[in-house]
Amino acid sequence: MPIKVKFFGSVRESLDRPNMSISSEDIATALDVWNITTDSTPIVDQVLCSINLEHRDFDYAVNDGDEVAFFPPVTGG
Amino acid sequence: MTVLLLDKPFDPWHELAQFEKKLRPGSVGATATFVGTMRDFNEGQNVTGMLLEHYPGMTEKQLDSIVERAGQQWSIDDALIIHRVGQISPGDPIVLCAIWSAHRAAAFEACRFLMEALKSEATFWKKETLSDESSRWVEKNTPGYST
Repeated sequence: MPIKVKFFGSVRESLDRPNMSISSEDIATALDVWNITTDSTPIVDQVLCSINLEHRDFDYAVNDGDEVAFFPPVTGG
Repeated sequence: MTVLLLDKPFDPWHELAQFEKKLRPGSVGATATFVGTMRDFNEGQNVTGMLLEHYPGMTEKQLDSIVERAGQQWSIDDALIIHRVGQISPGDPIVLCAIWSAHRAAAFEACRFLMEALKSEATFWKKETLSDESSRWVEKNTPGYST
């Protein structure tokens, strides 16, 4: 099953990437997802990630059918 | 325990009054509330509007988790979080947090916890429109305390 990838906030704008689905082949971690979907854009400003709606580190494992999102620090409230 | 995301303006005091109607009279000794409102100034500039983006699904899940953790840490009878999403104007309420408890210590502390956890964990992002019609993303929260 493909991995769903979403971008939010200033991360979405700066990358100019739409949300997408990618093959899980060669994907082990969230960092792999980032590198494939952003052509290995350096993470120069603080970028956070989530996997299946939970905050995770970039070295967290990603599996078939997971939803991975990348976004800046949150600023709600 | 109730969590709501609203894409239109709301009156927090009306929402509180409506919510309290379902509480058993005499069961609650303390109510603590917080209302966050959009300012027309931020970081030295005049702000004329704001777009509040969220991550549908994750935002609700994070807020539910925050309320659940408050209930695990304090003895509370009920909790309410209402948060705006979408286009917001200066003076509009952005967020309402409320805690009902038997005693004030739990009410005060749990309400503060809801707000501080929301600001550091809930997936919202603010994009401000300035008076010169430019826009910018809010990059960080004003100081609070870590949860």
